[in-house]
Amino acid sequence: MSVPAEPADARAEIHVRLERVGKTFPGRGRRAAPVVVLDDVSLEVRRGEVFGVIGSSGAGKSTLLRLINGLETPTSGRVYLGERELGALNERGRREARGDTGMIFQQFNLFRSRTVAGNVAYPLKVAGVGQPERDRRVARLLAFVGLLDRAHDHPERLSGGQKQRVGIARALATEPSLLLVDEATSALDPETTGEVLALLGQVNRELGVTIVIVSHELDVIRSLADRVAVLDVGRVVETGTVYDVFTRPRTTAAARLIGTDLRERPSPATLARLRSGPGGGRLVTVRVREGDGEGERAEERGGARPGLAHVFLAHQVAAEVVFGGIRELQGRPAGSLTFELSGADAAVDAALAALRADGVDVVEEPAGNA
Amino acid sequence: MHEFLDNLAVYREAIRQTLFIVSISVVAGGALGLVLGLVLYATRAGNLFANRAAFLIVNVLVNVVRPIPFVIFLTAIQPLMLHTIGTTIGTNAVTFALSLSAAFAISRIVEQNLLTVEPGVVEAARAAGARPISILLTVLIPEALGPLILGYTFIFVAVVDMSAQAGLFGGGGLGDFAITYGSQRYNWPIVYISVATIVVLVQAGQFLGSWLARRALRR
Ligand SMILES: Nc1ncnc2c1ncn2[C@@H]1O[C@H](COP(=O)(O)OP(=O)(O)OP(=O)(O)O)[C@@H](O)[C@H]1O
Ligand SMILES: [Mg+2]
Repeated sequence: MSVPAEPADARAEIHVRLERVGKTFPGRGRRAAPVVVLDDVSLEVRRGEVFGVIGSSGAGKSTLLRLINGLETPTSGRVYLGERELGALNERGRREARGDTGMIFQQFNLFRSRTVAGNVAYPLKVAGVGQPERDRRVARLLAFVGLLDRAHDHPERLSGGQKQRVGIARALATEPSLLLVDEATSALDPETTGEVLALLGQVNRELGVTIVIVSHELDVIRSLADRVAVLDVGRVVETGTVYDVFTRPRTTAAARLIGTDLRERPSPATLARLRSGPGGGRLVTVRVREGDGEGERAEERGGARPGLAHVFLAHQVAAEVVFGGIRELQGRPAGSLTFELSGADAAVDAALAALRADGVDVVEEPAGNA
Repeated sequence: MHEFLDNLAVYREAIRQTLFIVSISVVAGGALGLVLGLVLYATRAGNLFANRAAFLIVNVLVNVVRPIPFVIFLTAIQPLMLHTIGTTIGTNAVTFALSLSAAFAISRIVEQNLLTVEPGVVEAARAAGARPISILLTVLIPEALGPLILGYTFIFVAVVDMSAQAGLFGGGGLGDFAITYGSQRYNWPIVYISVATIVVLVQAGQFLGSWLARRALRR
């Protein structure tokens, strides 16, 4: 199956749009130079999708989210929520827009002076929802996040994962159509992280809430997001489906962030070990990616993918997998395999040429002097 | 001891005056100090009503007024007292001055306790669409309530301390009683009874404050 770079429904409704957004903070301290935190950022988040933003610490991820709910105003450019431009609203209008946008935080930011139920009720109070309706909604939300029995506890009695579930319930209280998630799992252990991510996935699928999630953790983006933008010191250097960006980062900045994740090449030490083995063949690393090997010649073959093994066999090259692995990303295979190839040099060259002609990404590992 | 019994009515009046001065000063000064503290907190750079000029003015005012010893402060604001309450001596005058003095002291305590509230909590309230003024009153004050109560308790003790000087300005109270009926007449029982009364008053206030703070902190 051939997969286009963008999901089929390219005309999907845009929920959040950033148009050439820049954000500069005046330097702290009197003579300090201004800090450019975001520079010419444009991106579009579709209604109903999970949009990830990945970037290292200080890249401007939190600032980006704060621009989307109007807690910060851009220095240049525009932010749209649906058709509405935030900059065209007054503070009151922006406050109302926030009722349709929930936000959850790395440090949970729960109100310690309120019970679990009180925390969830807060946005409803702000929105002027009356007591009986508020109680009903709080109960429903707490049931949704599985904390109904803790309604009257104060947050300090909860575990990190439970606190974040309260944070999620609070963010969903006013039934927003958009949820902004700022490093929601960075303070949690791996198991709890999985639970919280699963809950966010449920929020997206069952409630149809659009999610923008920022993180420096590849795992979080990989397991939750449909599409992703790579933020590198204030600039979006790449946007695409998680599958495309993770399996084939096109910029060095993206490759640096993601590169170590799926495109695993054997380290020099590993190569040395592989070469010391009895085989003595040439080592090549092949990226495994759906859609590769379906280049121009795919039609001649009736669209069938050649299969690596088949190509090697056809050229009378023996191929042994010595390193690497394949995993699933968005339900599609992704990974890399290092082969040791034995056969006549010319045959190996021909096999590699055939693969490359099919659009397969093949890298021959340098014949080290180990 | 019989001198004390002879002056029982005066003693009762002294207690009444001290309670009057202290309670009005803590309540009125506390309220004004709360407002000043909120202004200091909210106008600070990066906060809800960030305003450099307002912050600077209030900050300098608090810094200047707060360290002035009470006796000198009361003397210094006599023109202001004449203007506002029409007198510079007596219980009302002392209460007026003490309220102001307490307000400046409490303002710093309020500001500092509000500053300890996680900025993230404020951000969460803003993200929920709350108005800044409502965040101050329904989020920040409740979040800082425990330490705030302890701060007010501390100020209550300081106010009792300062109220002992009320006699200097005809304000009466237990301090005045201890001096004019006690030490000046070498009547030590009266001095010690006054001291004991003040100790009880302070202890009662301290106990109440600690108890309320513990409840607010759920400890
Ligand atoms: N109000 C502000 N004034 C000045 N500089 C700021 C302000 N807010 C953020 N910055 C700076 O902007 C940069 C990006 O901050 P931001 O919090 O958006 O990054 P981030 O990607 O969320 O980082 P992290 O992963 O550490 O949370 C940082 O260098 C930070 O110091
Ligand atoms: Mg951040």
